[in-house]
Amino acid sequence: MYRVRLETRNDLAIWRETVRPLLEARIAPDRIAWLGAGDAEPLFAEEVLPAGRREPIGVPRAFLAAAETVLCHADARRFDLLYRIALRLQRERDLLSVASDPDIVRLGSMEKAVRRDSHKMKAFVRFRAVDEGNARFAAWFEPEHFTLERTAPFFAERFSGMEWAILTPYRSAFWDRHRLVFGEGARKTDVPAQDALEDVWRTYFAAIFNPARLKIRAMTAEMPRKYWRNLPEAEIIAPLIRSAQIREAEMIATGASSPPVRHVRHRARHEAETGGGEDVTSLSAARAAVQACTRCPLYQDATQAVFGAGAAYARVMMVGEQPGDSEDLAGKPFVGPAGKLFDAVLEEVRIDRRKLYVTNAVKHFKFVPRGKRRLHQTPNAGEVSACRFWLDREIALVKPAVIVALGATAAKSLLGSGATISKLRGAPIEREDGTVVFVTVHPSYLLRLPDRDKAAAERAAFARDLALIRDHAESELGHSVALDRPGADP
Amino acid sequence: MVQISLKRKLAILSDAAKYDASCASSGSERRTGKASGGIGSTGPGSGICHSYAPDGRCISLLKILLTNFCIYDCVYCVNRSSSNVERTRFSVAEVVALTLDFYKRNYIEGLFLSSGIIRAPDYTMEEMVRVARSLREEHGFAGYIHLKVIPNAAPDLLEMAGRFADRLSTNIEMPTDEGLGRFAPEKRAGEIRTAMARVRTNWEEGQPDRASRAQPQPFAPAGQSTQMIVGADASADSTILSRSAALYAGYGLKRVYYSAFSPIPDASARLPIAKPPLMREHRLYQADWLMRFYGFEAGEITAGNENGMLDLAIDPKLAWALNRRGRFPVDVNRAEKAQLLRVPGLGLRAVDKIIATRRHHSLRLADVARLCASLEKVRPFIQAVDWTPGKRLDAQDLRARMLPGPAQLSLF
Repeated sequence: MYRVRLETRNDLAIWRETVRPLLEARIAPDRIAWLGAGDAEPLFAEEVLPAGRREPIGVPRAFLAAAETVLCHADARRFDLLYRIALRLQRERDLLSVASDPDIVRLGSMEKAVRRDSHKMKAFVRFRAVDEGNARFAAWFEPEHFTLERTAPFFAERFSGMEWAILTPYRSAFWDRHRLVFGEGARKTDVPAQDALEDVWRTYFAAIFNPARLKIRAMTAEMPRKYWRNLPEAEIIAPLIRSAQIREAEMIATGASSPPVRHVRHRARHEAETGGGEDVTSLSAARAAVQACTRCPLYQDATQAVFGAGAAYARVMMVGEQPGDSEDLAGKPFVGPAGKLFDAVLEEVRIDRRKLYVTNAVKHFKFVPRGKRRLHQTPNAGEVSACRFWLDREIALVKPAVIVALGATAAKSLLGSGATISKLRGAPIEREDGTVVFVTVHPSYLLRLPDRDKAAAERAAFARDLALIRDHAESELGHSVALDRPGADP
Repeated sequence: MVQISLKRKLAILSDAAKYDASCASSGSERRTGKASGGIGSTGPGSGICHSYAPDGRCISLLKILLTNFCIYDCVYCVNRSSSNVERTRFSVAEVVALTLDFYKRNYIEGLFLSSGIIRAPDYTMEEMVRVARSLREEHGFAGYIHLKVIPNAAPDLLEMAGRFADRLSTNIEMPTDEGLGRFAPEKRAGEIRTAMARVRTNWEEGQPDRASRAQPQPFAPAGQSTQMIVGADASADSTILSRSAALYAGYGLKRVYYSAFSPIPDASARLPIAKPPLMREHRLYQADWLMRFYGFEAGEITAGNENGMLDLAIDPKLAWALNRRGRFPVDVNRAEKAQLLRVPGLGLRAVDKIIATRRHHSLRLADVARLCASLEKVRPFIQAVDWTPGKRLDAQDLRARMLPGPAQLSLF
């Protein structure tokens, strides 16, 4: 048997120096007896490492990281486990990724225990003021493993502007606002016996607790009783549990009282929830009323109704299908990718968007959720027909002479269910109310074309349609929607 | 007005805040007080729960209201204007001092500040922003701050809130707009969603831009969340989950919290007085997890269930699998990750370990046992080198045998 003594509990560098010659000599794990700090000398005699051939050794970086953590475990068998894995790694290079290997399972669970203990130290250390004015604090903590050294830097970073000490039975950490140093283990009586704030903290703890949902096991799973003796709030846990059911029963039995005078004075803002807007007489009133619209179910999941925007008395009104993701978030029509393309083509044919009124056939965004994205859905005939109410209001209030249907949904809303783009585009169509409708594609159609040549051709056709509308407005209405030439007279 | 002690105020205003389930302090930017000359730190990793109350909820933040005066009369709320609970309010300085005092003693990760609506949405939001600003600018506080967004507050106040806070949240409150209209007559679901849309847009603008050297000012780096009350109205779980799916898709939410309706002091007569459906809340969280991490769609989780409700006796993944036994057994040595994720009892980590290990050798049942928490649950649904469930998978009593023992059925 080889007897190997490790006086430091959790130092990776010393551990490496200690095991290196053993690994080089390929000593079998069952021939080594590991002695921790303070362990008594065993009765058997020590063997001398065999002289002669030393073989090269190497371990993956990931193993050293794991070893550094597992060395902090309080279980004395950690030395044996780490050595055994280190030795196996000399022949089984991929051992660490064989997650079902019993040694690797054990390594993983020890690593997890140390990490958890360190995490619980971050959570359950409770500082008490030593000198509040000068921000000097001290805490007593009893970790389950040797985790003070690996956790103290967290406190140094978080409380760098304070002076603090964390005392544990095996070691102590001190921060003087500049340097972190470690010293001997200490006793509970070395820190102040109380802190004036602890009573305030207990008040908070008691008030934030909801007695109507007692789940004691959920509490102890995350805050095991072994930590309670150093937690100032723990002393009121038992009384809180005892009174919980009584308090809950009281709440239920007492029931409602009559409202206070203050409440009666307040007049809740009870807007007339007609939800309809039948009586709107202006565009701004319609814009406000549409937010309460429940004529079809689309309001349930959309952010907001997106009403039309642009010149209030525009002669030319553009009608798209429905708001998309961007429009739904911004509350404005044609601001997303299709809106940007629309703007670009308008600019190409020298049309000034500010002279138009731009809106949609359907005011709420229809979509299906896919993870973190919303996929556009074409509105159905019922939704389009429900929303005709608002489109009709916009037409009645803006009074355009020309209406442009962008895409099939708008065309069907304006001209009836038989309308198709291919048959109708390129020529004005007169409606019963005297307005003239032009039909063209929706700009989002251009974005969806995968074939580059086809996309370019379709875009050119869209631009021709818009130019036709521009010229129609000029010749038939004597109204210009063109961009003003720079320097020209207003 | 009679002066009341700070401790009494704290008791009232934390009691009034406890119905907000969120207590997360995770996933923010890396920040320490060294740079700002104060105390505190946050990081991108998991948060720290400094204590646990006997209700099993973690205490990570000082969760309080600035005031519990409120001009709204939401039926489910302890602070509604028609309630006779004792009212009080904190000053901005009191909240700041309390936060710092608690933080220095390592009681908390930071502050979660909400408020009743006083005077107007803008006024209320402005007061909350003042607290956050004082902590950040006057005290260099680098800890975690979560601010409640008051819907309808001015966009520039929201922008300030996001500059000082790690997380913002706006509660959707009810599973349907119609339910909100009935229970919270002054609130508008559309306004709540509009607030979320603004937070998402601002958050995106605050994201670091890899292409540009000029980095934007971060906005609410820990994102936004929301909360839905479960069991106050008759909405089915399928309604709740599809609402969550729409919210996750629309606003980049980090979390939807489900808060089982629980009895409150001086409750409105319009509320049910039933015991809180804690198990239902738990099952909703599990279903939510399936949507976010396991590739499930909202609809398929409750498809085929009675009345669109989740099975209270077994977890939703197991319930889903029992209804689709034709898709099993799944071969742990061959199946794709997406298939493995649908096996009851296999979590994300177990699946990763299975995939890593099978590169080295074929898995036997004993290997799987070492990689997952409970082999009993997994066994009927998988196939390994030395194992196939055979007829067990089609057995009539499989569901009955998968039920937890009576001792585990109770939450206490």
